[in-house]
Formats: sequence, structure tokens, C-alpha cells
Amino acid sequence: MTKIASLNPARVTATVAAGALIRQLKKEHGQIMFHLSGGCCDGSAPMCFQVGEFKLGDIDEKVGEIVGCEFWMDREQLRRWAHTRWTVDVVPGRGASFSLEAPLNLRFLIRSSLRELTTGIDTAHEAPGE
Amino acid sequence: MSAKSSALPREKTSSIAAGPMNQSASFTAHLKSIQRTIPLHGRYENFIGGGWVAPVNGAYFDNISPTTGQIICQIARSQAEDVELAIDAAHAAADKWGRTSATDRARVLNRIADRMEEYLPFLAAVETYDNGKPIRETNLADMPLAVDHFRYFAGCIRAQEGSLGELDDDTVAYHFHEPLGVVGQIIPWNFPILMAVWKLAPALAAGNCVVLKPAEQTPLCIMVLMELIQDLLPPGVLNVVNGFGIEAGKPLASSARIAKIAFTGETTTGRLIMQYASQNIIPVTLELGGKSPNIFLADVLREDDDFVDKALEGFAMFALNQGEVCTCPSRALVQRSIYERFMEKAIKRVESIRQGDPFEMSTQIGAQASNDQFEKVLSYIDIGKKEGAKVLTGGSATKLAGELAGGYYIKPTVLEGHNKMRVFQEEIFGPVVSVTSFDTPEQALEIANDTLYGLGAGVWTRDLNLAYRFGRGIKAGRVWTNCYHAYPAHAAFGGYKKSGIGRETHKMMLDHYQQTKNMLVSYSTKALGFF
Repeated sequence: MTKIASLNPARVTATVAAGALIRQLKKEHGQIMFHLSGGCCDGSAPMCFQVGEFKLGDIDEKVGEIVGCEFWMDREQLRRWAHTRWTVDVVPGRGASFSLEAPLNLRFLIRSSLRELTTGIDTAHEAPGE
Repeated sequence: MSAKSSALPREKTSSIAAGPMNQSASFTAHLKSIQRTIPLHGRYENFIGGGWVAPVNGAYFDNISPTTGQIICQIARSQAEDVELAIDAAHAAADKWGRTSATDRARVLNRIADRMEEYLPFLAAVETYDNGKPIRETNLADMPLAVDHFRYFAGCIRAQEGSLGELDDDTVAYHFHEPLGVVGQIIPWNFPILMAVWKLAPALAAGNCVVLKPAEQTPLCIMVLMELIQDLLPPGVLNVVNGFGIEAGKPLASSARIAKIAFTGETTTGRLIMQYASQNIIPVTLELGGKSPNIFLADVLREDDDFVDKALEGFAMFALNQGEVCTCPSRALVQRSIYERFMEKAIKRVESIRQGDPFEMSTQIGAQASNDQFEKVLSYIDIGKKEGAKVLTGGSATKLAGELAGGYYIKPTVLEGHNKMRVFQEEIFGPVVSVTSFDTPEQALEIANDTLYGLGAGVWTRDLNLAYRFGRGIKAGRVWTNCYHAYPAHAAFGGYKKSGIGRETHKMMLDHYQQTKNMLVSYSTKALGFF
């Protein structure tokens, strides 16, 4: 588990709505974290767990923090996502995953833009970190 | 709770109804055309120990039909206590079912297949309502395949034999197949009944008792299936508990009282399932999806014949089941020398796909299974555009009229780009194909294998020597050669790389649900002479 200090701090951010949901989940579950999933079905979506529930390994890399929560992903997957930056949003829905928000009929969703661009995602609506 | 809990099932009720189901006009009209049906309810409890059992805490969640976006019924929102009840029921039945003869187990599986066949149009309709896929597919693919799968494993278990090794004149090693006992299965929402049957048929044939958790998006059709077949299985052999992953899936997958866990889904939850299994040192089988390449070599267009037509259909297969297939051919690689000519025909084929009311037999593509999936697919089209991919057709949602206006419909979409784009690297799980070109077969193979996954692939060529080299060179568990999206029983299905562990839809799946018992027998009366 290597933390890369030089990462762009804005690699991953959260919308105001996602920030509110994260705060709600923290109240309910304590410290939480995210791991980006791959593969089919509910893949390519951020999975939210209590810290310690999902065991991180040497293949994972921390890519940032949103609302005080660490955001991790598989390093090989990160290599393929490296040219993009992500905003965690929330939409009505229900992923068939173990993610903590599912029982609330809400689902975290990744919206992306290119890393070199500052436009594409309206950063004014992004929630500040804690 | 102990395995001998006598409280089972705790609240067996004769009625599972809380009023009738909320049915759309399309669904109701379609049901009227079907001869054999059973009543549909407004609320479904868990199926445990051969009966209907209310969730211990009395909580339910709303089930939405993606065809309309409307709530159609309520489903048990189970917790650990409910999972424990189901595991109790399974343990109570396990010994007897495990010792039931293969002949009798096969008979039960065949009866289930017969019952499903009797009610095939009805089950197809319910699944379409639950999942959003066209009625054409549930009638012609999902249900017939599910029926055949039970029959296939009924045959397999009767034909299976142990072995004996004659080690020397006095010593024989016997190998027996024994069931694992009680197993857990967590299934996805893209083929709710077929994916359940892929896992249930081998597990039950091998003599295991099962606790199954359906996906939260499509919990209804499994419960209707249970109601249809509840008289055919001994109580406790098959138990179905609905609920959310963290609330019901975790207590099942992490239980010290299951002997195996099977899961189909995505990679993070796949890892979590393995972590739970590692605590109990039990085996897992996982199917976690892919990013399957579909390769079209130049000689496809050498003639103007039926094969060209078949290859173009093969290209359009990315839209089958709205792209919600783990092996969706979501990357198309087309040889440069035919690229323009081929793509012109391919786009025409894609644009002829009929999208509309899933209950119309002429509809070829229906609704995405849920709103979050709908949003995710659109977010991928968005990043594809930002990455510089060109939208050759589609690229947006479809707004249908009337009661379907609230449904989750997306146009079949073709993106043109290169393999480093995210739309070429992550399974979008929607009706979206990303197309690129290549010059040589070696290049095509390199692009095909430049992915984290390895579940499926397609190769189209008239040169069968080349096809063979591709088939062996692609790092994926299934290489369709001059065909795509065929899922017959007796052809093994499973992944290389991060696509998972295990091979389904083949008799070899029995091994994943059995222990090997070795009896090492000496027929000599003489001591060895060591002591």
C-alpha cells in the first residue's frame, strides 16, 4: 500500500450531493472509505465500506480523499484511468453491491473529465474536503 | 443460532400476498395472452425451509420495473437473522438430500425443468417486467436455456462416476464424489433466472443445499419461480433470501456455516467475497465480467454471402440484453483494409435495431435494469466523447412515450477510438461498442489482450488456421469463432485474469460443488513389518 504524495489532490472530488451522503454514512457507520470497482454488473463504480471491511493490498493505490474518506483503486486499473479525473456523484438507484449507500436507494456514481482540462465538471459544485 | 434450530421456518404463512402487484398496462395486456399463469403479489417474503417466511424485522424494500420506473411490489429486506434461518433450514435438509440417489436428484431437476417449460411464457413475462429486457429474449433465450440447464445437470449427475486406482495387488484407492453440504450463492441482475439456474443446477445435482441471494434490482422473478416449483423440492434444499449486499449478502458470504460461496458481479465485491471466504477457508467461484474483443478480419468481406450477414449480426450483438452481458462484445476490432466498407454496413445494421416496449415481440432492445445503470452508461458515453471518441451512431438516451416515459432506455451506440480510452478498458454494461482498427493479425491479438479481463472474445474469419491461432492466443475463457453470444450447456464458461475463477455451464462445474473422498483400502492380511 504505497501512498503517492505527488498526486494531484484534485484527482478525485465529490459533488455537494455526494458530500452530504458521505457525511450521513459517516454518522451511521463511522469511518468509511471507497474502493473503485471494475468488471461487469455494478463495476466501474465506487464502493463505499466501513474502514477495515475491505482489505486493501499491495496492488491498491490511494488516489485521493473525498470528504475525509480515502479513495483507493487497483493500481493496474488506475494506469488505465490515469488520463482522467473523477467526481463522485450520487443518483437514485440500487447497485447490487455491498456498498453502504445501497439500502438508501441511492448509488454513488463516477463522472469523469480529462485530467488536463479544467472544464467539463463544474468544480463550483464540488464539496470541499474535511 | 444452531443448525438444529427448531424454530424453522419461523413464520410460515400460507399467503405471501399483500394485495396484488402493481402492473403496467403493457404487462397486463401481455399476461392476458398467456394461458398458464399464477397470481402475482404485492409483497414477497423469503422462501425458507419450503415455505414463505416474513423477514424477522418486518422490513421490505420497493422493487421497481425498469420498463416504467414505477414501484411494482415489495421484497423482503433481510438481515443476518433471516440468513441464519435459511442456513438452519439448509443444514436441516443437507444430510438427507446429500444421500438422496443421483437418480432421484436428477428426477427432481427434470421436474423443475418441466414445470418451468409449462410456465415458460409466464416466467419470461415476469422476468421482462423485473429486468427490462425484451420479451423476445426472455422467451427465446433466457427461459429455454434455463430449462435446458436443469436437464443438462440432471444428465451429468447420473453419468458421473467416481474412480478407483489399483495401486498394487492388495491396495485400492477409491475416489468418491461427495456434496460440500450447504453452499451460498449471490447472483446478478442481468439474467436473473438464468444466472440463478447456472449456479443452482450443478449445486443441487451434486447434492448440496443452497441459500441463494438474488440481486436487489431483480428479486421478483426468482420468487415467482420459487412459488412455481415449491412443491418439487424437499423443504430446505433451496432457500431464497432477498435483501441488500451489506445487510444480507455479507452474513451469507461470511457465514462459518457455508461450505462454498459463488458470486457473479464486479471485482471489488469479488475480492470482498474472497476475503470473507478466506476467514472460513472455503472455496469460491467468481464471475466478474470482462471487456470482450470482437475481431473482424479482412476476409470476412471477401465474398458477398450469408457469412457477411452473420458477421454483421455478430457486430450488433453488443446490443443484446441492452449490453448487460458479462461477455458483451463491447470492443470491436476491424481490419483496416475493410474498415470503411465494414463499418458502413455495421452502422446500418445497428441503426435497424428496434427499441421500444419490452413487451412487444418485435422489440429488440429494452430498458437498462436500473436508474443507476442508466446513469452510468450515459457517464461512459460522456467520458468517451471527452477522450476524443467519435459517436458513429446513438450516443444518448431514448425517451419513449406514455407509461414507458419513466423507463431507462438508451440508444444502441457505436464509438470510434483507440484501445487506451476508458471506453475500451472498462465494461460499460450498456448498449455501447467501442470500435478501433488494426493492420495485422498480430496487432489485433495485442489489442485484444491489452485488458485486465479475459472472459469472452469473438473472432470472425474465413481462414480457419488463422481462427485457430486467435482462439489459442486470446487470453480469455471463451473464444467464439464465427459466432457470438451462444450459451449452450456443455460449453465451459468462465474467466482468465481478473474475470474470475471457475467454469460454469459444463459438467466440470460439478467439481466446484463436490468434495473428493479417497478411501485407501488394503486387502492384505499381512503387517508391513515396520513395528
